[in-house]
Order: sequence, then structure tokens, then C-alpha cells
Amino acid sequence: MIGLPVLYVIGGVFFAAMALLGAFDRGNPKRWGNLAFWGLLAVSFLFGSYIGDLANGVLVLALAGLAGFSALGPGKPNTTTPEERRESAARLGAKLFIPALVIPLVTLVGTFAFKAWTVGDAHVVDPKQATLVSLILGILCGLVLAVALIRPRPTVPAQEGRRLLDAVGWAALLPQTLAALGAVFAAAGVGQIIGAFAGASLPDSGPAGAILAVVAYTFGMAIFTIIMGNAFAAFPVMTAGIGLPLIVGTFHGDPVVMAAVGMLSGFCGTLMTPMAANFNIVPAALLELTDRYGVIRAQIPTALILLIANTVLMYVFVY
Amino acid sequence: MSLWPLIGIAVVVVGFVLRFNPLLVVAAAALATGVAFGLSTGLDVVAAAIKTLETFGKAFNDNRYITLTWMILPVIGLLERAGLQEKARDLVGAIKVLTTGRLLILYLLVRQFTSALGLTSLGGHPQMVRPLIAPMAEGAAEANLGPLTEPARMRIRAMSAATDNIGLFFGEDIFIAIASILLIKGFLEQNGIVVEPLALSVWAMPTAVLAFVIHGVRLWRLDAQLAKLNAPEAAQ
Repeated sequence: MIGLPVLYVIGGVFFAAMALLGAFDRGNPKRWGNLAFWGLLAVSFLFGSYIGDLANGVLVLALAGLAGFSALGPGKPNTTTPEERRESAARLGAKLFIPALVIPLVTLVGTFAFKAWTVGDAHVVDPKQATLVSLILGILCGLVLAVALIRPRPTVPAQEGRRLLDAVGWAALLPQTLAALGAVFAAAGVGQIIGAFAGASLPDSGPAGAILAVVAYTFGMAIFTIIMGNAFAAFPVMTAGIGLPLIVGTFHGDPVVMAAVGMLSGFCGTLMTPMAANFNIVPAALLELTDRYGVIRAQIPTALILLIANTVLMYVFVY
Repeated sequence: MSLWPLIGIAVVVVGFVLRFNPLLVVAAAALATGVAFGLSTGLDVVAAAIKTLETFGKAFNDNRYITLTWMILPVIGLLERAGLQEKARDLVGAIKVLTTGRLLILYLLVRQFTSALGLTSLGGHPQMVRPLIAPMAEGAAEANLGPLTEPARMRIRAMSAATDNIGLFFGEDIFIAIASILLIKGFLEQNGIVVEPLALSVWAMPTAVLAFVIHGVRLWRLDAQLAKLNAPEAAQ
């Protein structure tokens, strides 16, 4: 069965290639830092399942240390000039879009097809990982088409990949590390501690109490999501602390409206926090924004207005 | 109940506000919370630190799949080298009525609609925004305003990324098999309340419409803001 173990080997080879290309970039004063960072990540992908939890923990600390003390720096792989790109764009035309669009298309089709594909009783692809396997397959299809169209020298795709990975830098690892922080928070019961505070001081009768319960729930969802970076972590805590006992219990609100609009209030929080790195910090790095928090700044007005709108919406329809 | 495990949250807030490297901040927060929790259960410092590192390391290892998505970069880089962004720019620049704001409103609508059908993978920052949407949005602005100043370019890129996120978040919850709907259904069921996924997804629609209107109005006003950001006096 094709599943995560196979993908991790492919990923390990990819990051090892990034590490080696980085190390051979003689013009980059930080090339050894790049080698260490991407090399350690390659070790994690190739051997992470065999070295034990403690060694993995030390490995994360080493990665964070390399990033924290600015050991990484972008190299300068050869790429084309803006003039060459315009000329190439004119020559290749709209065909350039094909490899880019093949990736989401293969991901989409593969996600459905792989879940259904069985030989005998066994799945060929792990159905739980169908989307991820499809994405990697889509990437490989896109790469083959792009190479056939552009006909670069063999090392060029990897060098271009390194150019972009260097631009993203340590931020590439932030989403995974934040997920690990979430696990530590969960093991330490951080959610329960906050949940114990959440409902404690709210009034439990009268029209003002009903309004306050809704406001505390929607804003609590957003604030807790800002802290944890993930509305899924906030939902059980806030719903057990405020939603179910007060809105549904005391004030007889509709659990469907409460839960649906409550989750979306959490999403408003996701738009405002650097803890949701893959949505907010990674794109800032990918788009080479000068302000690390530029995407968050662009989202805050929409998020705040929508949070207020959600609060009104819930109050009007939940009771 | 000990409050000390909350110290990790304080580390995160202080670390992000003071703009320390986020990776370092996150590792420090994990250690702080984990050790504080270990101490509160009666472990000594060394044992608490080792236990924390084990939890942190195991979770990091279990979540490696998140980082796999970067394997897309060689394809995107290769296509950029051959002029993909320039082509996307030209395509939009040729259509005069397509301003940056209007283009992003259109993308918001498409992203919300496809996400509502469960097609969330038809978007995203490495796949769509960097190679196609952001260059198109810049191209539309260049066609209308001429060469862009740095602040205008940054603003366009940030709004392109924001539009992808907002379209995804406030579209996907309409799809009945999405993770968040399943989580809600499962959690309510544990608490003795049985709900239909369809009912939850119906109640995601009003917020989806509100999100489109609110963000759409902001995008509508973006063109005027860009004209101001790109005015000669703003460049100095």
C-alpha cells in the first residue's frame, strides 16, 4: 500500500537534494547553515520513524536553534532575467499554464480515484492519505510536463526549487512545528485550564445574560483560536465552557446555529494570528513581502467586521 | 489545577510581539509549557524536560506530512523561470476592464464556490497565489496605473493571499464532508445532541454571504487605494 512511509522517503530525498545544492553554492556565506538545516530535515524524513521520540525532540530543537540564530540565508542560484522571461513567455504562450493547472487537477481526481482503487481486498493507496498521495503525484505530473515543455538542463528544476525554498526559509517548517506545539499544549491540558475560566463569571439569567453568552462564545472562539492557531482546538473547549451550558442549556438556544456560526467565528480568529502559519506567515514569505505580518494586516479588517456580523447573526437566530 | 502550563502562551505572545524568530519562539513555548506541566505533576526538572522533548519530538515526527507540500517548489520555480508570472500578467493586462479589485472579487467568488463543493485543493498559496493570482493582480494594476511602487506591490500581494484564505475558510464549511463539520457533529454527539451535517452546512451559508460582501467591498475599494499608494508623492 502506498502511504506516508513512501512519501516520507521521497520527501527525504527532496530535502537532501536541497541541502546539497545549498552547500555547493560557494557565493553564499551561510551555505553551511543551509546544509545543516535542510540536511537535518532530510534526516527527519528518512529516519524519523526509527530514531525514537527523544532524538526527534532534540532534532526539532536543533532546527529551531539554527533558525533562531540566523544560520540560514538565501543563496543565488542562476535563474533567468526579466527580459529572458518575457521572451520565453511570448514563445511558449498559454501552454505555460498547463503544468501549473495539472497539479490541482490530478490532486482532485486522484483524491476520489485512490479511495476507490482496490486490488482484491487491499487498497493500493492508503485511503486516509489519498489527497496527499494525489498531490505528490500531481506535482510529479506537473514536473514531467514542465520539463517536456521547457527542456531545461537536468539540475535546473532542483535549483529553481532551491531558489524558492530559500525565499521561504525557516517559515517552511513553522506549520509542522506549530502542530507539534499544539500536541504539547494538549498534553499539558492548556485548553481545559482556559475553558475553566471561560464560562465561570457569566450571568445565567435575563436578556442581558443571553446576549453576553453569545458575545463571550463568538469572541472567545476567535481569541482562543488566535492563541492556539487553530479553530479546531478552540471549538471543544469553548463549546463545553460556554456554548453548551449557557447558550443551549440555560437559554435554550439552537445547537446547530450555535455550533456552525461558532466555528466560523473561530475562523475569523485564524485570519488574525501568526500561529496559523501556513495561512498567514508562509504566504508572506512565499510572496516575498517586506512585512512578515503583511497578510495578517490585510485580513484584520475583514476578520473583525465578520466576527461582529457573526455575533449578531448568532444572537438573532440561535434563540 | 496549576496555572503554570499557560506560561507557553505568554512565551508565544512576547516572542511574536518582540519579533524573535517564530521557530525558536514555538520551541521555547513547548518547553516552557511542557516543563511547567511536568513539575505540577511532581516530576523533577530533568525528567519533565525529557518528557516534554519526547512529546514534542513525537508530534513533530507525526506531522511531517504538512511539510511535504513544499515539493511543489521545483515545478513552480521552473515555470517561473520560463515566464509563467509574466504570461499571467500579460493575460490580465490585455483585459482593460479587469482591475485588481475586480479580479480578486472574481477569485474570491470562485474560491468560495469551489471550496463549498469540497474542491479545496483548487487553490492555495504555493499552487495558485504565487504563480498565478498575485502576478495577475499586479498585472491588472500595472495596466491601469503604470509601473508600481513598492508599497502598492506589497499591498496587492498581501490582499491576494488574504483573498485566497477568506475564500477558503468561508466556503469550505458549506461542504458537508469537510473536517470542521465532522468535528462539530462528533463533539455534539458526545454531548448527547444529534445533528445533521446538512443542517450545519446550511448554517454556514449566511456567514459565507457576509464574508463575500464584507471582503468584496474592501476589494472594491482597493483600486482607489492602490491609485493613491501609486501616486508620485506617496512614492517619496
